[in-house]
Amino acid sequence: MSLTRTGVLAGTLIVLLAGCGGSRSSQAGAGSSGTSLHGSVTVLAAASLTEVFGTLAERFRAAHPGVTVKLSFGASSALAQQIQAGAPADVFASAAAKNMQQVISAGGATGSSNFAANVMEIAVPPGNPAGIAGVADLARKGVKVALCQAQVPCGATAQEVFSHAGVTVRPVTEEADVKSTLTKVETGEVDAGVVYVTDVRSAGGKVKGIAIPDAQNARTEYPIAALSKAPNPAAAAAFVAFVLSADGQSVLSADGFEKP
Amino acid sequence: MTAGSPSGLRFAGEVRRGGFRLQADFTVADGEVVGVLGPNGAGKTTLLRALAGLSALTSGSIRLGGRLLDDAAAGLFLPAEQRPVGLVFQNYRLFPHLTVRDNVAFAGRARGQSRRHARTAADRWLARLGLTELAGRKPAQLSGGQAQRVALARALAAEPSLLLLDEPMAALDARTRLQVRAELAEHLTGFAGPALLVTHDPLEAMVLTGRLLVIEDGRVVQQGTPAEVARRPATQYVARLVGLNRYPGRVLAAGPSCTVELDGGGTLVALAGEQPVRAGQRVLVAVSPAAILLHAEQPAGLSARNVWPAVVRGLELLADRVRVRLDGRPPALVDITPAALAELRLGEGSPVWLSAKATEVSCYPEGEGE
Amino acid sequence: MGFGFLLLPLLALLVRAPWRGLHRLLSDSAGLTALRLSLECATAATALSVLFGVPLAWVLARVRLPGIGLLRAVVTLPLVLPPVVGGLALLLALGRNGVFGRWLYSATGYSLPFTTAGVIVAETFVAMPFLVLTVEGAIRSADRDLEEAAATLGASRGMVFGRITLPLVSPSLLAGSVLCWARALGEFGATITFAGNFPATTQTMPLAVYNRLEVDPEQAVALSLVLLAVAVAVLVALRDRWLRPGGGL
Repeated sequence: MSLTRTGVLAGTLIVLLAGCGGSRSSQAGAGSSGTSLHGSVTVLAAASLTEVFGTLAERFRAAHPGVTVKLSFGASSALAQQIQAGAPADVFASAAAKNMQQVISAGGATGSSNFAANVMEIAVPPGNPAGIAGVADLARKGVKVALCQAQVPCGATAQEVFSHAGVTVRPVTEEADVKSTLTKVETGEVDAGVVYVTDVRSAGGKVKGIAIPDAQNARTEYPIAALSKAPNPAAAAAFVAFVLSADGQSVLSADGFEKP
Repeated sequence: MTAGSPSGLRFAGEVRRGGFRLQADFTVADGEVVGVLGPNGAGKTTLLRALAGLSALTSGSIRLGGRLLDDAAAGLFLPAEQRPVGLVFQNYRLFPHLTVRDNVAFAGRARGQSRRHARTAADRWLARLGLTELAGRKPAQLSGGQAQRVALARALAAEPSLLLLDEPMAALDARTRLQVRAELAEHLTGFAGPALLVTHDPLEAMVLTGRLLVIEDGRVVQQGTPAEVARRPATQYVARLVGLNRYPGRVLAAGPSCTVELDGGGTLVALAGEQPVRAGQRVLVAVSPAAILLHAEQPAGLSARNVWPAVVRGLELLADRVRVRLDGRPPALVDITPAALAELRLGEGSPVWLSAKATEVSCYPEGEGE
Repeated sequence: MGFGFLLLPLLALLVRAPWRGLHRLLSDSAGLTALRLSLECATAATALSVLFGVPLAWVLARVRLPGIGLLRAVVTLPLVLPPVVGGLALLLALGRNGVFGRWLYSATGYSLPFTTAGVIVAETFVAMPFLVLTVEGAIRSADRDLEEAAATLGASRGMVFGRITLPLVSPSLLAGSVLCWARALGEFGATITFAGNFPATTQTMPLAVYNRLEVDPEQAVALSLVLLAVAVAVLVALRDRWLRPGGGL
């Protein structure tokens, strides 16, 4: 009883927050199963997918001119909460299996498919002021490190890297999603951040990447699912299919994502 | 005071405040108390502010005991906190958050005395002004008379070389005023330096000061002892202030007594004063409200040479008498006793007759004393 | 309807509060740490605001110079500026690569972001205007006559301010401080932007609420309740000032 009540309350709060974030309900298009798709499709995607899903949405729109794609990015954990709270979304692309599993077990989706994988990299400001060469340097005293908070996939994966390397890293800040972590590096306020390889790549010259050896690195798989309560299920299914298609996969690998 | 060294206060200058201009030139000797009289807005407070260092002269200078306080030409201006000038404000301006003792000790603290030292000194002043029992009170717990005394004690505790009092009794009721006036006279007598007292109460001025400075429209219009000013008011304001009926006019016939045709209508016969007047000369005629008698019917067989009808226009209750305002040729203010008022059954619009002996009416050349 | 709109969310917070587990949720060490950090930072920010804000308020109220309107606008700006923008501005000014922070960092090796001091700076930036404007209003309407009286008694400008003006505006100073403290306590945007988010160092209550929302919504609500209680306490403390019709800042 108490659990349900809180769940609804948290949902209310999260929907309010989500509303502020700009994710809006799609126009009612449910039930239409015509051959030509129309209406809009709302995609909630992990922050690390920001750039690549922008490209994917463009390609999808080119293939289906009648459909508007609305993208909302955030920490996968936050997005999972939004979906459970009833956010009117069609597709969920998560940076971790765990958050997708939460949605599925709550009945938000029936199943999911992995569409990409990612590994971690150390991002440093262009001059590499602290002279970071590897994971061990992050544990050095006086080195300022930004991480994602542990509840967020990029934070959890970074912790895996540290345990592989056998180091304890005490960050100066724990950010809500990977893009915030990257920003702290870009502004030069920290000496290093642990983010996805693809984030370093999309940041261009604003940060420098320090590769993590395979022996220490950790990998995260990205699952995608059309949501059970999708307002536009046809478009949702089409978007998921497009991401998994050869076309979609080539866009992902061009941006540095690995095959699942 | 060393012989030959300049002493007392010399003010010779001009102050501008907004569009207002005050210009004055006067001296006050050590130990002398000068009353500053004038209507509202005449510049009395402006004068005090300039003396206290709250506003600067636009030209001229202020010198106190041989020390320049302000010299516009030399660009010298001592601000209030550096002047040995004590100012008792009209509304006292006691510090509401400090006790009476700390109010009086404030000047000592301002001069860097320790709290204990300043309080001890303050206690002496409180004792001298009979305020010892009030030492622990806050200003809000004081009566008007008490607050006035505390304000005086606070100013005196700074041991100023010049003491300024701005309408010190204006905020008091009539009964308290009498008592405070007597005390104030005592303290002013005991004050060694020059003192200025702004007032619009002629009685206060008479009792407390040795000399009057009448200010109107930003300039000094008359100076003299209270008796001189009362006898020969230079302006309508002073005349009304000292309770005089004052009429400008022209001499018709001169001699041991003179007949004056008044500008406002009517004639009065006056006894010639020290300065002889001649026919055709412009003069001022003055008669005290107490010197005019009021009759219910036209008086017969009187020796009085001035008799004229009038109508009552207003009655004002003063402390011990009633001042009757009358319309006639000339109009007049007449003081009578409350008993006489009752006897005559006067009210607004009552027709009456007025009489005044020529010996009670004075006549002097216009412009004198200005 | 307007009233309902304002009241409903607060009621919801009370109705849905996990009252039974409240004790457990609030005695959780992470929550307590955030609460303690919040109280310390807000208090320090208030102290800084008083230290720098009172002289500033005096200048705004008393100095008659051409540029004073502009100065007031600058002081008021953080009131209307989104706190995130304020945090970003602080980062650009005082960050390790900031206009001023770069110099500080190269000279001392110290930089404010990600430190508790950074939280205090962010809170001071956002909350100080509340104090300055409250105190400025009081100084402006304070009795100039009393200050003049003090001057005629030989008091220097500093002594007039310390012994007369300041005691007379103390009720407003207190109110302004409480207001400033409450604003600092609730600061979120500038703090997370400038000082980051790390437990025990920079994670204040509002940041903890935001964090908990994803992990443990029940605790987020419990922490929110604490902040609501503080807000109510502030309102009660200042009731004579605000709850009277016509009573303004």
